[in-house]
Amino acid sequence: MEDAIAIRDLVVNRGRRRVLHGISCAVPRGSVTGLLGPSGSGKTTLLRAVVGVQVIGGGSVTVLGQPAGATPLRHQVGYLTQAPSVYGDLTVRENARYFAALHGRRAADADQAVADVGLGTAAHQLVGTLSGGQRSRASLACVLVGEPEVIVLDEPTVGQDPVLRAELWARFHALAAAGTTLLVSSHVMDEAARCDRLLLIRQGRLVADDTPDAVRARTGVDDLEEAFLRLIRANEAREGQAPPPRVEEAP
Amino acid sequence: MNPRILTATTGRILRQLRHDRRTVALLVVVPTALLTLVYFMYVDQPTPPGQPSFFDRVALVMLGFFPFVIMFLVTSIAMLRERTSGTLERLLTTPLGKLDLLFGYGIAFGLAGAAQAAIASAAAYWLFDLDTAGNAWLVVLIAAVNAVLAVALGLLCSAFARTEFQAVQFMPVVVLPQMLLCGLFVPRGEMAGWLQAVSDALPLSYAVEALQEVGAHAEPTGTMWRDVAIVAGTAVVALVLAAATLRRRSG
Repeated sequence: MEDAIAIRDLVVNRGRRRVLHGISCAVPRGSVTGLLGPSGSGKTTLLRAVVGVQVIGGGSVTVLGQPAGATPLRHQVGYLTQAPSVYGDLTVRENARYFAALHGRRAADADQAVADVGLGTAAHQLVGTLSGGQRSRASLACVLVGEPEVIVLDEPTVGQDPVLRAELWARFHALAAAGTTLLVSSHVMDEAARCDRLLLIRQGRLVADDTPDAVRARTGVDDLEEAFLRLIRANEAREGQAPPPRVEEAP
Repeated sequence: MNPRILTATTGRILRQLRHDRRTVALLVVVPTALLTLVYFMYVDQPTPPGQPSFFDRVALVMLGFFPFVIMFLVTSIAMLRERTSGTLERLLTTPLGKLDLLFGYGIAFGLAGAAQAAIASAAAYWLFDLDTAGNAWLVVLIAAVNAVLAVALGLLCSAFARTEFQAVQFMPVVVLPQMLLCGLFVPRGEMAGWLQAVSDALPLSYAVEALQEVGAHAEPTGTMWRDVAIVAGTAVVALVLAAATLRRRSG
């Protein structure tokens, strides 16, 4: 299968601090790939590099065969930021219609996207009056409305109720089945099992890049949280007696 | 620039303004309230023979000040909100061009400023018998161009502010010196040479001179058109400089 996203030796520095230490991985086309790791591990930085808004210190990021951030990619890549970036002083529908217009889609497409994220009944509400979970779904609708080939989602299911979360994951898989590539970050391990492939990062380094089943087989445990714990410990043991790198919060 | 995206962006900004009823009310009411104040301040002052009354002189220039001050503030804050809420970063991953966004703001708040100037001018002419030799529509035109200049300067200055507190501080830095040196308080010809040189470099001086030309001459003069062109040209330069401050990639 051809890769939609190819990352080679990606290094990112923030000030004098190195946030990503030479990450190499690939995201296959038409799949849901989970990017997992604790808060501050560099997930958001990696996603920003993929959408081309992050200044990188080394290595390369290729999306759909072009360098990340290339002008044609702005029609093909959709990005959901971690904090919902929609206009609080517009209604859900007005937000979706604006982003639809930017991508050359019709108002009807916008209304469909709003319904798809379960906000049909709240379409006329100002985004500023919505709950946190609703606001992040409004933001998601503004990504989906552009029908991008590659969708980069930074923690899209935080604060959603379990039923809606299941619906959103079903939608992600439906999109992948139709050929869309999704890269979805999460710090909740129980979401890992819903992905076709997993990228686990910790302290700016890749710990695992595999399917959930392969991760389970390699570690001999069923629970992915436990499996990741074992991978991390095995990694640290391999790195020898060196003291563990200092833990720092990425902004 | 893309006409579809520019139109959508202008519409979006005006829609945001429309949802903020209190701001709209303040935009409409405050200039007229201040003109009332000025009217009663000068109502008993004797007019020197052969000169326009104090009120006519001050009110005419104030009609240019209102959109300049208010649109500068509104724009600085609106653009800062785009930056801090993440919507700017998101917009820059879409097909939207930087000039689509900046000219969208210029057109939307320019229209708002023109509407404000038209209402304030109506009050000045009909309620307080403002007397100008030239046409009232020229006053509104100059005020509207002034509003666009203020929007452009606000967009540029917002790049140098990280917080709302900082953004508001740019008002006294950018706007007040221009008001002090524009020729309302001391005629420009009577200022010390170096002050005149500073005044000549400030765009508001030309807007005020244009308004004074309308006050003194029945027909639009060449000086007036030249001044309007200078103000409009400065606005375009400021918008292009503001585009240079927008970076798609950040650290």
